[in-house]
Amino acid sequence: MIEVSNIHKSFGDAHILKGISTVFETGKTNLIIGQSGSGKTVLLKCLLGLFSPEEGSIIYDGQKYSELSGAQQRNLRQDMGMVFQGSALFDGMTVAGNVMFPLEMFTKLATSEMEDRVNIVLKRVNLVDADHKYPSEISGGMQKRVAIARAIVMNPQYLFCDEPNSGLDPKTAILIDNLIKEITEEYNITTVINTHDMNSVMEIGENIIFLKDGLKAWEGTKHEIFKTDNEAVTNFVYSSELFKKVRQMYIEERN
Amino acid sequence: MKYLADIGGYAIMVVEVFKKPTKWRIMKTLILKEIDELIFGSLGIIIFISFFIGAVVAIQTALNLTNELIPKNLIGFATRQSIILEFAPTFVSIIMAGKVGSYITSSIGTMRVTEQIDALEVMGVNALNYLVFPKIIAMLFYPFAIAISMYVGIFGGWLAGVFGGFLTSADFVEGLTLEFIPFHVSYAFIKTLIFSFIIATIPAFHGFYMRGGALEVGKASTTAFVWTSVVIIITNYILTQLLLG
Repeated sequence: MIEVSNIHKSFGDAHILKGISTVFETGKTNLIIGQSGSGKTVLLKCLLGLFSPEEGSIIYDGQKYSELSGAQQRNLRQDMGMVFQGSALFDGMTVAGNVMFPLEMFTKLATSEMEDRVNIVLKRVNLVDADHKYPSEISGGMQKRVAIARAIVMNPQYLFCDEPNSGLDPKTAILIDNLIKEITEEYNITTVINTHDMNSVMEIGENIIFLKDGLKAWEGTKHEIFKTDNEAVTNFVYSSELFKKVRQMYIEERN
Repeated sequence: MKYLADIGGYAIMVVEVFKKPTKWRIMKTLILKEIDELIFGSLGIIIFISFFIGAVVAIQTALNLTNELIPKNLIGFATRQSIILEFAPTFVSIIMAGKVGSYITSSIGTMRVTEQIDALEVMGVNALNYLVFPKIIAMLFYPFAIAISMYVGIFGGWLAGVFGGFLTSADFVEGLTLEFIPFHVSYAFIKTLIFSFIIATIPAFHGFYMRGGALEVGKASTTAFVWTSVVIIITNYILTQLLLG
């Protein structure tokens, strides 16, 4: 569980996060949604420890990040997996090399043990046959699966995903969403996904926070988002005619 | 003000490069890869340019020696001095600032743009140590490339001088040994070592801290080349004054 309490973050005169408080629960897919420039990425980078908030605290299962020593912060980071928007795979390494990288860097496992672990996670993301290929030789969807495999290979307690299905076709996007949800439940980890894809919200949004102008404007589940009359949320989520109709049908069905 | 901030940022980067070292097992592979890329990958162009510059220096000197009283062995002497003191250590370093420097900036810059550096940092890896330290170590082998440049440059001068009919081989060799000061070779290698650090770190700084997309990677490579060349020229002046002045 990650507890975020009243965090503020500025860059020069730009006050990006203006006091956000929330809880990201373990075993659930927690989604951060909001328009571009609302502070989603900055919040995610604060959670990752890449940015230090000027005010407020972030507590990872009882450990307050700002009070940890440098070594403790590094250890905590090894409990975090990250899936980047563009996958961020290392070009010069094969799929297996990419997945093995954190193991080589941070464990003392023998090569055979590392290879076994890599095979297990590649099998989990259905990529066993691509282990010898380079990132440039595989599709965008496969790259995302490699990124997920690399993020979970160290058995992390926290998984962060920055727009994991951007640039993917709808079918592959749903596969990636479901894969993340399954892994979250299977490994019982705290997953935080930064997205503005409404399909993801409807598919895997167990706990959703909506950011607007650096503030938390709404929080709830994918079922509650249909019923909310929060204007900022409805303007954002139901900006397309398709989603307006979906919402209408959902409400009629419930009534 | 921006220049001062950049100088400060560069100094901080250099300190960070040596902190929290990457596992030796991984670092060893990275260093070998960089030696192959930065040193062996540059030998072809270094040999090619050195040979022809040596030849041109010999021909130019020969064509300017119109006075019969000046001995022909001066051609060998001038070739040796030009190649060892300036051409091999300084001129080749500026070429390397273009070839190796742009490779370093663009490869690190592309990693920044594609979030690969963020990925390293999220994992808890010291990205500067992982990416820049192997390049600094690989560039320690750069003086070997400069030694080759010196040999090839002088060989080019000998070939052009002797086979161009400007002087005899014996005259050229006599000129080569004329008033030879061994410290000049040490001076050249001291310069080369300092230039190798500049060539490895300034382009890395421009690549590592760049922001933007593919266009900015190109701009960063150009800026890195300009600044690496400027710093090499200024350092060359200071070192010459300190060591030979």
